Amino acid sequence: MKIIVCIKQVPDTTEIKLDPVTGTMIREGVPSIMNPDDKGGLELALRLKDEFGAEITVITMGPLKAEAIIREAFAMGADKAILLTDRKFAGADTLATSNTLAGALRTLDFDLIITGRQAIDGDTAQVGPQIAEHLDLPQITYVENVKYDGKKTLSVKKATEEGYQILEVETPCVLTVLSSANKSRYMSVRGIVEAFNKDINIWGFEQINVNEKKLGLGGSPTRVAKSFTRGAKAAGQLHEVEPNEAVEIIVNKLKEKYIIR
Amino acid sequence: MDKAKYKDVYVFIEQREGIIQSVSLELLGKAVELAAKHGEKVCALLLGDNIQGLANDCIAHGADKVIVVDSPHLKYYMTEPYTQALYQIGEKFEPGIILIGATTIGRDLGPRLSARLATGLTADCTALEMSEEGNLMMTRPAFGGNMMATIVCKEHRPQMSTVRPGVMYATARNESRKGEIINFLPVFDSSKFRVRLLETVKEERNLVDITEANILVSGGRGVGDAEGFGKLREFAQTIGAEVSSSRALVDAGIVTHNRQVGQTGKTVRPDLYFALGISGAIQHLAGMEESDYIIAINKDKYAPIFQSSDLGIVGDVKKIVPLLTERLKR
Repeated sequence: MKIIVCIKQVPDTTEIKLDPVTGTMIREGVPSIMNPDDKGGLELALRLKDEFGAEITVITMGPLKAEAIIREAFAMGADKAILLTDRKFAGADTLATSNTLAGALRTLDFDLIITGRQAIDGDTAQVGPQIAEHLDLPQITYVENVKYDGKKTLSVKKATEEGYQILEVETPCVLTVLSSANKSRYMSVRGIVEAFNKDINIWGFEQINVNEKKLGLGGSPTRVAKSFTRGAKAAGQLHEVEPNEAVEIIVNKLKEKYIIR
Repeated sequence: MDKAKYKDVYVFIEQREGIIQSVSLELLGKAVELAAKHGEKVCALLLGDNIQGLANDCIAHGADKVIVVDSPHLKYYMTEPYTQALYQIGEKFEPGIILIGATTIGRDLGPRLSARLATGLTADCTALEMSEEGNLMMTRPAFGGNMMATIVCKEHRPQMSTVRPGVMYATARNESRKGEIINFLPVFDSSKFRVRLLETVKEERNLVDITEANILVSGGRGVGDAEGFGKLREFAQTIGAEVSSSRALVDAGIVTHNRQVGQTGKTVRPDLYFALGISGAIQHLAGMEESDYIIAINKDKYAPIFQSSDLGIVGDVKKIVPLLTERLKR
């Protein structure tokens, strides 16, 4: 089985702080990581590889420094890697990004494409289904787990608000995976050593199969009109008191709001 | 593209087992406001099997037109049949705007449909506004809620947006409203229906919807462990509240994900929100700061939650909450 996993390098948004004076985002010192849902997707691919044997290719679009997450993917057990980097790809919204990735995927052999459900820098959850549409493949999103019959059929557990669904689909198809699905493995020592000896294929516009008009800023239907930080609302009263007094303050407030009598 | 042909505000009505989801009614409420700006109409897109009866509910909640697609292929949500139906509606009716709830269904459907219509989609919007020029100004959080961005889709139509449940307000039901009902039957290509639904499982633990609660008692890292969260449950019961949490307790396996409030969880807007042992990371604030009244208890008097709370208590949740429960039981 040939599996392609789409991964993205993102700033660790849980580490971003706002400047208390200017209210702007402090980006300095924020680490770049492999997007958590993508890592969950890679783990799912690795488990299929462990059980059935598979060749795993990771693909990412980004600047050259995205090599860091590719090396990490190698160390976890990925076999091949493609880094899509070209000025023509820059400034892309989700649709243009999915066109770029689909353009690369069209030139490759695969049975299964895995993406993370969403990336923590944008939280859009759009690129996976958009890739599936461009390649005319069935999609299943919010994937928690997969059972493979070893031939063509996948039985997929999909998370919903109310519980889950079990869906069945034949390869080739696209799955978007939750990070909570599987605890990702650590990089192995051997993996880390090998990771630095493996080659990364660096592809630009010439290597992919897509109309240039669909890429980058020019191929993006949506634009950012403005961006701003959310202003904090005025703080209310703050009481630093003994627990018993705190209880009375809260009880009085509950009475005032007619929650208790 | 001749943008002028594309008009009116369309809302995808999400129904599950014949029940219209609250987010769809909230979107109808918003659509009424957006449509009024340039004298446009509100159009509900009602898809399902044997769902004719729901058309009047859409009208009562603000729709001027309801396009009904009634087909056994649409009995439950599946990506491809729903995308085919909505794509054909998009081609025939030429909507100016399509709004979709940012649920697991809407977030599966929206990107697939937008790619087929070759237009833009803005995910998880928290504010929508119509500009003078007729562009939809779509505001959403980015970078984990650290920033807000307003997105436009100027040159492509329809303008598409998914909106988180609990963010917009439904208008009150009005039985006397009149509207037009249009039946539409798309041509389905069932050879593309390549995913089969074998089983739908509802888990008891998932049945509570915290976005519907009037009072939420929410716990964070400061609650400690499962036993500590048990104390919160007990307190919640005494005042008829539901429990929820920040991400910390979900990651720790103490609380299920469907009760998580915040950027990667749910947006809630209860009358009263207790933030107990929650420091107030921006990701959490993004999901609860619209609550009418916020009471926070935290040991750290500099915790950011106090910047967003109406009533703050500096103290130990583990001590105060059991006392509070005891006092209320008296």
